[in-house]
Amino acid sequence: MAFVSSGYNPDKPMEGRISDIGPRLYKDFLPPVLEKNYGKWVSHEILEPGLLVHEAESGDKVYTVRVGSARLVSTEYIREACEVAKKYCDGYIRWTTRNNIEFMTTSLESAKALKADLNGRKFDKGSYKFPVGGTGASVSNIVHTQGWIHCHTPATDASGTVKVIMDELFEDFTNMRMPAIVRVAVACCLNMCGACHCSDLAVVGFHRKPPYVDHEYLDNLCEIPLAIASCPTGALKPGKTDLADGKKVNTILVNQERCMYCGNCYTMCPSLPLSDKEGDGVIIMVGGKVSNRISMPKFSKVAVAFIPNEPPRWPTLAKVCKKIISTYAAEANKYERLGDWAERIGWESFFEKCDLEFTHHLIDDFRDPAYFTWRQSTNFKF
Amino acid sequence: MAKHPTPLLDQLESGPWPSFVSDMKHAAEQRHKNPRGTNQQIPEGVIDDLLGLLEMSFEDGTTHWKHGGIVGVFGYGGGVIGRYCDQPDKFPGVAHFHTVRLNQPSGLYYKADYLEELCDLWDMRGSGMTNMHGSTGDIIWLGTTTPQLEEIFYELTHKHNQDLGGSGSNLRTPACCLGMSRCEYACIDAQDICHTFTNEYQDMLHRPQFPYKFKIKVDGCPNGCVCSIARSDFSIIGTWKDDIKIDQAAVKAYVGGEIAPNAGAHAGRDWGKFDIQKEVIDLCPTKCMSYEGGKLAIDTKNCYRCMHCINVMPKALRVGDERGASILVGAKAPILDGAQMSSLLVPFVPAEGSYDEIKEVLESIWDWWMEEGKNRERLGETLKRLGFQKVLEVTGIKPMAQHVKEPRTNPYIFWKEDEVPGGWTRDINDYRKLHQR
Repeated sequence: MAFVSSGYNPDKPMEGRISDIGPRLYKDFLPPVLEKNYGKWVSHEILEPGLLVHEAESGDKVYTVRVGSARLVSTEYIREACEVAKKYCDGYIRWTTRNNIEFMTTSLESAKALKADLNGRKFDKGSYKFPVGGTGASVSNIVHTQGWIHCHTPATDASGTVKVIMDELFEDFTNMRMPAIVRVAVACCLNMCGACHCSDLAVVGFHRKPPYVDHEYLDNLCEIPLAIASCPTGALKPGKTDLADGKKVNTILVNQERCMYCGNCYTMCPSLPLSDKEGDGVIIMVGGKVSNRISMPKFSKVAVAFIPNEPPRWPTLAKVCKKIISTYAAEANKYERLGDWAERIGWESFFEKCDLEFTHHLIDDFRDPAYFTWRQSTNFKF
Repeated sequence: MAKHPTPLLDQLESGPWPSFVSDMKHAAEQRHKNPRGTNQQIPEGVIDDLLGLLEMSFEDGTTHWKHGGIVGVFGYGGGVIGRYCDQPDKFPGVAHFHTVRLNQPSGLYYKADYLEELCDLWDMRGSGMTNMHGSTGDIIWLGTTTPQLEEIFYELTHKHNQDLGGSGSNLRTPACCLGMSRCEYACIDAQDICHTFTNEYQDMLHRPQFPYKFKIKVDGCPNGCVCSIARSDFSIIGTWKDDIKIDQAAVKAYVGGEIAPNAGAHAGRDWGKFDIQKEVIDLCPTKCMSYEGGKLAIDTKNCYRCMHCINVMPKALRVGDERGASILVGAKAPILDGAQMSSLLVPFVPAEGSYDEIKEVLESIWDWWMEEGKNRERLGETLKRLGFQKVLEVTGIKPMAQHVKEPRTNPYIFWKEDEVPGGWTRDINDYRKLHQR
């Protein structure tokens, strides 16, 4: 179609330019009952899975229906969510930090109708558009990254792995039968844009082969010293190599033994790609949390060193996630997060109960903190 | 009829969880039908090609997006991320497929009319595919071409009063929990702090001037729903100093089984009758609580405000009245030097008015980090390399026992010269007067 100008004049980019205005003011988007009772809320209750009520000092109540959503959504999907919001919520709508959508209303009756309506909306192949749940002691929606849909460094897909894990754990999203909240995250490479490092269960895309070196182009595309400096293990050094045509070029030489496949060099230099069908896959990490409740925030630990990519439905990954979650659900005490449970029973028991093999990959050998994870005690379980 | 067959992706249409594949296919169809008569400025088949390219990734197990690309809008060094696919001949619709980040409103509330306006703009000038939201908090628009970038920015700023978010070595778009808008635990106005800081530091958000990315997140209470302690270089977390407020009658109602514990969060399973001793008193990490003679007592001096008792009995216990924020610094994911949590820097600061005290801490950290931080070094790594004492020094904060979990176990103390009487400049001849060679 013909180009349509917005009014922007490329010859005079500064003409009438507006910049640095920031985000829209959140107050303009608050439902009236929330604006009225801002800072005056006194308590809340989860009436049933996915349905919350919050009560204010004034006696006002607001009912919230929470639904799961993919993070990757089309404008068509957003428009449908808006249509629901207009029908039941005077056009107000909110997202949570875990990609859930929340619809708020001041009447319980309308909240129940809303819940039924949302649960009735499906895509034409049968999946829910707006499954109600994700509250209380449930497996809430997965926070995740882009994966193959839009990222240049992923070792796995994110939307695909999330879909299969949530299909597997769906009943635990729509019910509240966990010992405590379970936070799941997926990141498609070690950069962990999805912050997997503090989740109860985390899936992290992982490369296992040192980078290719595109000798022919490297010196023209990259600042060699910058790329070398970016390597955390000192695995890169400058060097020369002979191309097939006999031409000598400056390049980077990789000490493969030292490489930990973090991809930082690739971030600095496009001539050092890492991705590889056999090399790439995922790690499973467990037992992290960010809340200060009962125990301090803690990092996730690697429980499974590698699971290959098995698109489209990653059956091994889905099975292992299910096994870990169901073992935790059966064994942990009320209020006990996954990491607290593993610490209480001991990690040696965790591996046994979850049927996970303990291999050399799981013993930390990265810098000083590694030492503090080894056992300096005779207190262990057989 | 789909432009490219997607037998692998089709298998992600089954199962109960919302299928992004079904959504994309529907959106692709709607783009062809164009029911709203949108004047589409990028290829009509963009979503078909995106599906085709993703199917190819599912077949060969690798990404097909090229490394980066420098595009943006005039005067900004962030907010737009260049993206090009490595199979432009097969999938011309996504040959150029840049990301646009829109700065989200604090707390992620919207009015449907506003979202629909944004949808209209994105259907016209982009692919129609989005993330609601990206990991840092922005609305993410996936996929447009270079000539559309200035047009999108012009429309956002002129028609929708909406700015871009951060990317690159910038301040990243600050984020917060929903705070006081709907949560009784909020000790600080997380949304207002987030909005105020975002506007105050627009220059840092849009123009790269840091060694690497810098994230600010604001949690209303120690429950940490926006994960600031794990995910932000500068974490502002609401807290309080005085007594937890106790409604003894409501405590009795919990004990008597009239109110479900933990706001009903465990209703999906029979956990037996609520036992205040087992579920609250014994689980308190500081053992500062007791329940005797039908009365709950909390020893405030020994409470470290983990929130467990309040979470279990929200109708009986409320956070105290002397509220403010703790500031922690230096969290990040593993790249490069391993994952880090934020470390406590300011135990308590009032968080009202213009937040000048918080800004002062933030700005002195920036001044120092911009001077000392290496290229691509997060604040947490600079802290590790140069020591926590440095950040105390540059912020003028007095060291206190709260700053550590325990004192050091090695005696390798770096003294400052002026701490040692007489200083370090000495004459060897003075020494030799008493000690022969």
